[in-house]
Amino acid sequence: MTDAPEETPRAEETPPVSTDETGSPAPVKSAGHPTSVPEAGEHHPQPVESPDEPEFLRSDAVEDDQADDSDFSWLDSDLPPDEDEDAPRSSAVARDRPLPEVSDDAGFRLREEARREDQSVAAAPKLPWLQRLREALGRSSSNLTGSITSIFTKRRLDDDVLQDFEDVLIQADLGVETAMRITDRLSEGRYGKEISGSEVKRVLAEEIEKTLDPVAQPLELDLDKVPHVILVVGVNGTGKTTTIGKLAAKLTRAGISVTLAAGDTFRAAAVEQLKIWGERTNSEVVARQIGADAAGLAFDAYDVAVKNKSDVLIIDTAGRLQNKAELMAELEKIIRVLQKRDPDSPHTVLQTLDATTGQNAMNQVDIFRNVAGVNGLVMTKLDGTARGGILVAIGSKHKLPVYFVGVGEGIDDLEPFKAKDFANAIAGIEAERQGAAAS
Amino acid sequence: MFDSLQDRLGSILNGLTGRGALSEKDVSAALREVRRALLEADVALEVVREFTERVRAKAVGAEVLKSIKPGQMVVKIVHDELIETLGSEGVSIDLNAPAPVTLMMVGLQGSGKTTTTGKIAKRLKDKQRKKVLMASLDTRRPAAQEQLKVLGEQTQVDTLPIIAGQGPVEIAVRAEQAARLGGYDVVILDTAGRTHIDEPLMVEMANIKVRTKPHEILLVADSLTGQDAVNLARSFDERVGVTGIVLTRVDGDGRGGAALSMRAVTGKPIKLIGVGEKMDALEDFHPSRIADRILGMGDIVSLVEKAAENIDAEKAAAMAKKMQAGKFDLNDLADQIRQMQTMGGMGGMMGLMPGMGKMKDQMASAGLDDKMLKRQLAIIGSMTPKERSQPDILKHSRKKRIAAGSGTNSAEINKLLKMHRQMADLMKTMGKKGKGGMMKQMMGGLAGKMGMGGLGGGMPGGMGGMPDLSKMDPKQIEAMAKAMQQGGGAPGMPNMPPGIGGPGGLPGLPGSGGGVPGLPGLPGKKK
Repeated sequence: MTDAPEETPRAEETPPVSTDETGSPAPVKSAGHPTSVPEAGEHHPQPVESPDEPEFLRSDAVEDDQADDSDFSWLDSDLPPDEDEDAPRSSAVARDRPLPEVSDDAGFRLREEARREDQSVAAAPKLPWLQRLREALGRSSSNLTGSITSIFTKRRLDDDVLQDFEDVLIQADLGVETAMRITDRLSEGRYGKEISGSEVKRVLAEEIEKTLDPVAQPLELDLDKVPHVILVVGVNGTGKTTTIGKLAAKLTRAGISVTLAAGDTFRAAAVEQLKIWGERTNSEVVARQIGADAAGLAFDAYDVAVKNKSDVLIIDTAGRLQNKAELMAELEKIIRVLQKRDPDSPHTVLQTLDATTGQNAMNQVDIFRNVAGVNGLVMTKLDGTARGGILVAIGSKHKLPVYFVGVGEGIDDLEPFKAKDFANAIAGIEAERQGAAAS
Repeated sequence: MFDSLQDRLGSILNGLTGRGALSEKDVSAALREVRRALLEADVALEVVREFTERVRAKAVGAEVLKSIKPGQMVVKIVHDELIETLGSEGVSIDLNAPAPVTLMMVGLQGSGKTTTTGKIAKRLKDKQRKKVLMASLDTRRPAAQEQLKVLGEQTQVDTLPIIAGQGPVEIAVRAEQAARLGGYDVVILDTAGRTHIDEPLMVEMANIKVRTKPHEILLVADSLTGQDAVNLARSFDERVGVTGIVLTRVDGDGRGGAALSMRAVTGKPIKLIGVGEKMDALEDFHPSRIADRILGMGDIVSLVEKAAENIDAEKAAAMAKKMQAGKFDLNDLADQIRQMQTMGGMGGMMGLMPGMGKMKDQMASAGLDDKMLKRQLAIIGSMTPKERSQPDILKHSRKKRIAAGSGTNSAEINKLLKMHRQMADLMKTMGKKGKGGMMKQMMGGLAGKMGMGGLGGGMPGGMGGMPDLSKMDPKQIEAMAKAMQQGGGAPGMPNMPPGIGGPGGLPGLPGSGGGVPGLPGLPGKKK
């Protein structure tokens, strides 16, 4: 599960951290889904076992939060994200076709049971993502790097220097708390000593990577039962529809069939926007008129996906601010309704986060996670100067996998998230890495 | 998540005697917290630095009034400075040019340009009786032009017919022509979202500007933006020279520090704020509200306005009458609980309340949430009409029946009744006091947006609701300080109605009586 071109020559610059980026052990889904025997009869609504699922999730998450607020042991530990363990019966159908092969750098993979062991196909070492992200982040981190280097050309590490360092991190939107944490790490054992700019960069990258490495995971699709339902949620204007378009392109290219559901029944022309993406990716788009009930649409879309024998159903939703109770309730309803078709669905709830968003992104994840059971993130708009440093804080608190980053408006501008690259880009370790990556 | 700045400063500065002038040392200690509060509110670091220096200059040596804590003094200075930086109110869109006046909207992707375009068009059409033409120059995002067209249909504003294959500059020129020929007063150009480092697109934007000579160039920016706000505002301003800023998503629960950042680096006024998804959710900018928010003092005014929007005016008027007569029965209580639910429940309201951050968590851990409201409604719903209008007749056997009917127990019923009684008492006293001015004020407030004045309902002596620190005189601050000591409550909400526990209740909602109901049995904030 390692990227061939990634492997080797980074040793000089980086500390002996795990080099395994994409393949940190996959979150163990409950062993083998004992009860998930696909059923013959396709759709008859199942008696839903726990209609209160969101409630249950909520109480879970509250505990989580409390633990995390005070405790910063995350810096050292990498917990796997929580996974649900029950596997009730569902109306999902068994897949009756051979599974497509997915190259390793696709940013998603099929779940182990379904996956064919075929890794001989070395992924073509195309690096647009690396270059583009580094370019993008490089622009911003050149500031950052500049300031770090100027601070640390050769100075003794005292309070003033640490303060400056903290400021630099804050400017990358890491947030005061996280910035202080990392600053503390930096001062540990080094306080009062002379320190050079490159060492600071290294420590910074190390710390960021340590936090993000456990969350940099590929999106896992379980195609034993199809359709695999992906619900995409997020605040207005964070790039849900665009991300869906790009993701659909990625999946269809890999031979995975996709049905799209235009669940944004509020915003003007959102349906048309998704339809255009459907045309581009040859995917059927299930849509209703504006103002229609999104939950009902999701319900129908599930049937269409089953009828089409689609592998994946991606459901768009209207953007909503997390503090609008009634809109969040609507989201709960969509999930409730989907669970009537398949108690496991939505298998993946993706939340899009805008890289330009500041500390509020934390709140966004908090609430969307509690209400909609978000279990994966996509950070969009990393092609600007925004650094998306809030991801470090979110990664440490929620440990939600980050599947992709959006780095542009083009159909290919959705790249797998790689902790090391992200960390290095923020820390400004560029030139050395670029050479390494290219070889 | 965030404590209010005032709480924090309190804990730092409480140790000081607080007599005489603020010393250099006091100020430095305070400013560290101010800095942090601003950073947590996403104010850009460079802006924070300048800002704290200005505050330092003003604060050192400032007289601290007797019985005011130094922390409060610092908060006032910070608050005033924030408002000054954010700029004066009421800079509206300037249409003072020969028709057709061209407005150009610019900004990042997803900042809300198209929605804002629709909102501004509707506002100009409805409020200023302008004939408006909208044109989308966004040829990049799928269906963007379609989106504006649909918005035009919704708001009954004309949009430029879409011609496929035209570039943004061509469309802009065509829009100009169409506006001139069609006798339009205003033409709004909605450009594609672009990152400010995307050179070709920035050049394109500059070209559009050269060709159309817009009278106003509005930068549309997300109020949730982080540290990057300075970069983007500066870049857009340098490239095309924006004339004003429109902040969107101000109805979110972000602290809105981006407003300060962008205003500080560009010096351009924030002209409008977007406060919702509907087409009329566009408001004038009020610096003091954003200032309160940045400082974590909540947004009382917005809360009140939200209340005013959601409360049925007729019901409220009836309620006010009842209150005047000193009557407040369980039917009224049920009404109020329902109103609370429509306002987004407890969570939504708490989010807007100052100093309620902690309480929110406490409440959540104590299991006090919107379910409680439901339960209370169930209790009231299980009563006979007679019981609702005369709660006094409720004796043991009736309570037992109600408990069975509502799935609760008599303790919960008693709690509800106690809350009701306390509220009723409060209504009575208010009814007496308020015969003249206050009642009128409250009633008047219902018609339009509530001002500060109407908030006075629950407050003794008719003091303003959420104290606008900048306008308060020292005496009021003193009173506030005292009240805070007594109640340990949120700032500015002294002597809240009982039954709402320690931390100061919600302010009197306009016309619905003092203190919002439905917070019975809140655990008093443990001090």
